[in-house]
Amino acid sequence: MINPPKNDRYQRQISLKELGEIGQQKLKDAKVLVVGAGGLGCPALLYLAGAGVGRIGIVDFDLVSLSNLHRQILFSVHDIGLSKALRAGDVLEQINPDIEIIVFNEKLSNDNAPDIFKGFDIVLDGTDNFASRYLINDACVILKKTLVYGAISRFEGQLAILNHPPESKSAVNYRDLFPDAPADGEVLNCEEAGVIGVLPGIIGTMMANETIKLITGIGNALINRLLTYNSLNNHFFELELCQNSETENMIPENISAFKAYNYDWFCATHSAYELDQQDFEKMTEDENIQFVDVREAGELPEMTDFKNIKIPLSVLKDQIPDIHAQTIILFCQSGKRSASAAEILSSYFGKSRKIYSLKDGIAGWQKTK
Amino acid sequence: MQVHLTLFGQLAEITGRKEMILQDIPDSETLIKTLNDMYPLLANTKYAIALNKKVIHENTILSGDNNIALLPPFSGG
Repeated sequence: MINPPKNDRYQRQISLKELGEIGQQKLKDAKVLVVGAGGLGCPALLYLAGAGVGRIGIVDFDLVSLSNLHRQILFSVHDIGLSKALRAGDVLEQINPDIEIIVFNEKLSNDNAPDIFKGFDIVLDGTDNFASRYLINDACVILKKTLVYGAISRFEGQLAILNHPPESKSAVNYRDLFPDAPADGEVLNCEEAGVIGVLPGIIGTMMANETIKLITGIGNALINRLLTYNSLNNHFFELELCQNSETENMIPENISAFKAYNYDWFCATHSAYELDQQDFEKMTEDENIQFVDVREAGELPEMTDFKNIKIPLSVLKDQIPDIHAQTIILFCQSGKRSASAAEILSSYFGKSRKIYSLKDGIAGWQKTK
Repeated sequence: MQVHLTLFGQLAEITGRKEMILQDIPDSETLIKTLNDMYPLLANTKYAIALNKKVIHENTILSGDNNIALLPPFSGG
């Protein structure tokens, strides 16, 4: 059989005069990473691969399950129990063997994000939780990547191109829009809230469309704007985003600060948490955190390894006004008194502060050193 | 000042309304306080505020046409 000319594959889009051969070449040169091969990621991946984006990365650690199939259109019943990233890679390969597909069958973390992101220019966020969304945003800002953001809740979807152009000082990022992660139960995920498969299909497809517009330079891409779509009444609502001076310092300054940041805590579901020694160690370097020694005066060993203030548990209630930081870490000898202190502060501050108690106290921490 | 308010996502569920009109609101901070008094659950909910389709971060005087939208973050994917 004679192979058809390669251009046949893209003939229908090349014949758009706005796109043409030049646009097709731009697509071929583009490197796009899709985080999450789920409801948003599947349609986005499908169209990006079809359009001929030259390098496509897929990050997902999850396995296909039956309840995914109504919206995660790359998978079939034969895939249940298999890796989403690997299966998505196989399907895309069948659709377009002319492009490079790189599969990351792992959970995105602040440890692996810098390595994964470096091979790409544009990152699509199709994840399903806030910890990942803040992590991806911060990684895009630090590593200078354009972020195509999509998210859904029940019958509504949001879409935006953020941090673009990535070198620009005026680029808007996700934290400019939403500086703080919502508290537990404030926002339900798809599992809890429910979703009709079409909605992530629409928003994921729009993410691919915005990505193609961005790469080829056609039309008005949704740069620094947020689009909301309501699938029940077909209302679109678009608004202009702007930088937020208050959030400027919230993003880790460099890769090492990024790696030390704990996104699960930032998006912590409770106001008071127990910290293990390893995580405690990481946080001692963060100057924005207030460390409070709740042991009584004169107890040893004195803690000089990191900056801390002393407020014994017996007088904590009266001295709460001395605690100003948004994130507070309490410690004592064994972790018992600091746990009580965390309860006191937690009932005082509610969810307005992040409060932690060092597990097993400084006795446990010193053992690990 | 009169304010025409549009609420998105779970904010519409908390208030039971997608839109409402409020009177005598001089600035955006007063608007938030008024809403928190009317719907205490809103006080613990995070959202972005847009005035005439532009996101605002600081207290803003409301004059003339005031279409305000409150948008919560979504996490689903």
